[in-house]
Amino acid sequence: MVTNITSFSRSGLSDWIIQRASALVMAVYTVFLVVYLLLHPQLDYATWSGLFQQTWMRIFSLLAFVSLAAHAWIGLWTVTTDYIKPTAIRVSAQFAIIFAIFVFLVWGIQVLWGA
Amino acid sequence: MSKLQVSLYRYNPETDSAPYMQEFEVDTQGRDIMVLNLLEMLKEQDATVAYRRSCREGVCGSDGMNMNGRNGLACITPLSHVVKNNKVVLRPLPGLPVIRDLVVDMALFYKQYERIQPYLQNDTPAPAIERLQSPEERDKLDGLYECILCACCSTSCPSFWWNPDKFVGPAGLLQSYRFLADSRDTATRERLSDLEDPFSVFRCRGIMNCVAVCPKGLNPTRAIGKIREMLLANAT
Repeated sequence: MVTNITSFSRSGLSDWIIQRASALVMAVYTVFLVVYLLLHPQLDYATWSGLFQQTWMRIFSLLAFVSLAAHAWIGLWTVTTDYIKPTAIRVSAQFAIIFAIFVFLVWGIQVLWGA
Repeated sequence: MSKLQVSLYRYNPETDSAPYMQEFEVDTQGRDIMVLNLLEMLKEQDATVAYRRSCREGVCGSDGMNMNGRNGLACITPLSHVVKNNKVVLRPLPGLPVIRDLVVDMALFYKQYERIQPYLQNDTPAPAIERLQSPEERDKLDGLYECILCACCSTSCPSFWWNPDKFVGPAGLLQSYRFLADSRDTATRERLSDLEDPFSVFRCRGIMNCVAVCPKGLNPTRAIGKIREMLLANAT
């Protein structure tokens, strides 16, 4: 058993399944957006804004954002533990990444519900 | 017939400040010999060349090395499989400390092997004669028990290069699954709980270099997948 404290869930198994579930959510969200854009070739601001006024679309988007946040944390944590060996630089990079993810997540929520 | 160009990694920490490549020309007389035979010819030219070897038939796992960028056993790798443009580059297994020339320090590799407790554990009273297995139970060990611990797989794995102290590596995990899959072993739960962290098993990114280089044709990636399935079944 190798202990660590900066990975997303502290458990490799849990991180692994979250990585796969979040990938699935993001794939569905991406396919949905691409299909939506293809079905609306003359897309204007009112239609686009109307889509995001829907509660279900906001929840769907929030799910995608949360998935992206978890996915990015797990993925980038793995990259830092692979390639950054000096502990001070690695921990600093991990803190910076986690902080950026938090900012983007809060910002995303504000965009979704602020309009 | 032009002579074969051989580039050999040389390093003797007692006399060299840094490793270097030594160039050889070898007349193989057009024969498709094994890389180990080639090394023996190099040793005739320069007796200080150092490498490990023993059985010369792919059983002992001593002469794992990197031949033209690909790990394998020198004794069962014919020149025709590795030589490109009449040239072959021989290096030690990547990622492990070099003791001398092609001889590497396998301590980390064995440490990871030791960590997975590579022996049967059974807490039930020993039977009078032996613990029996059905043919089906025995079949589950095929493709697992054949590993000779030559380290070709683990030293071709980038995840093992970056975290050899934390990631068990393909060789160790193949052996770990060999005991997880054994019907006579009762320590399954303890074994799984030792592997559940983000490094031991889950640092495997499915690169599959291990499968590509295994001289015995084994599939560590599949074994790692089976361990993941067992962990998942145990924890959900």
